[in-house]
Amino acid sequence: MPAVPPQKDPAPPMANGEVIFEAPWQSRVFGMARALADAGVCDWDEFRALLIEEIGRWDDQGEGTFAYYDHLLMALERLVENKGLVPPGELHQRSDELARRPHGHDH
Amino acid sequence: MSDDQPQALRAEALEALLIEQGLLSAEAVDEVIATYNERVGPMNGARVVARAWVDPAFKARLLADGTAAIAEFAFEGGQTEKLVVVENTDTLHNVVVCTLCSCYPWAVLGLPPKWYKDPAYRSRVVREPRRVLAEFGVHLAEQTRVRVWDSSAEVRYMVLPQRPADSEGLDEAALAARVSRDAMIGVAVL
Repeated sequence: MPAVPPQKDPAPPMANGEVIFEAPWQSRVFGMARALADAGVCDWDEFRALLIEEIGRWDDQGEGTFAYYDHLLMALERLVENKGLVPPGELHQRSDELARRPHGHDH
Repeated sequence: MSDDQPQALRAEALEALLIEQGLLSAEAVDEVIATYNERVGPMNGARVVARAWVDPAFKARLLADGTAAIAEFAFEGGQTEKLVVVENTDTLHNVVVCTLCSCYPWAVLGLPPKWYKDPAYRSRVVREPRRVLAEFGVHLAEQTRVRVWDSSAEVRYMVLPQRPADSEGLDEAALAARVSRDAMIGVAVL
């Protein structure tokens, strides 16, 4: 097969639809999950099983607005805690600490 | 869990702790985001579709084994370890969903759009595909059959749309520009 010449101006994904991340934290969560799987720290299927559980819980209850990345974040937090990747309780403690930063340093 | 704090803070805490534990680097996360924002997206699937339209031998290989056929493009992104490409014809229209979460062939389509992950799409397209397709503006002839394919951890699907009637004489690159992401999910026709 002849090689396909690279497209001069390949459309970014958002040009063929909508933007894929609506907030920076969403891209960080996806990036973390993927980077952990790439590094062999976790298995993507293991992560997906937790994601399916999180989404399934919402589907069963069906309340409020569906927010995909909330489920992705919850699944990643559960993965990290289940596998003991960070010390117990640290996630909660650290996000509380970050919330107490003085105004102007909270981003 | 720490779901009493805003998501941005929880994500920040998670990343800081994983970095401190030596399990992750901020650069690795940056690199993943850059890859999916810039290099992985439906423009890749569009090249595959255009190639299939102009090269019958490639099309036959693509329909027989999607994963093997796209290997020559060397796309990044993954999630195409078992890619099945389903062809639309005059009598059959294919549409793809992931009923459980968001399984999607990243290497050819990028990350899925928001509506693909939405509970309404995931449940309704299985129950009433014609009605959902009509809401996307796809009105099929009565005699056209509809098949819904449920992507999963094991198999990811992509639709090979029908070539537009007015695309005679266009080269492969020009054809690729005519292919939309939605047509490769099956919620649009070209």
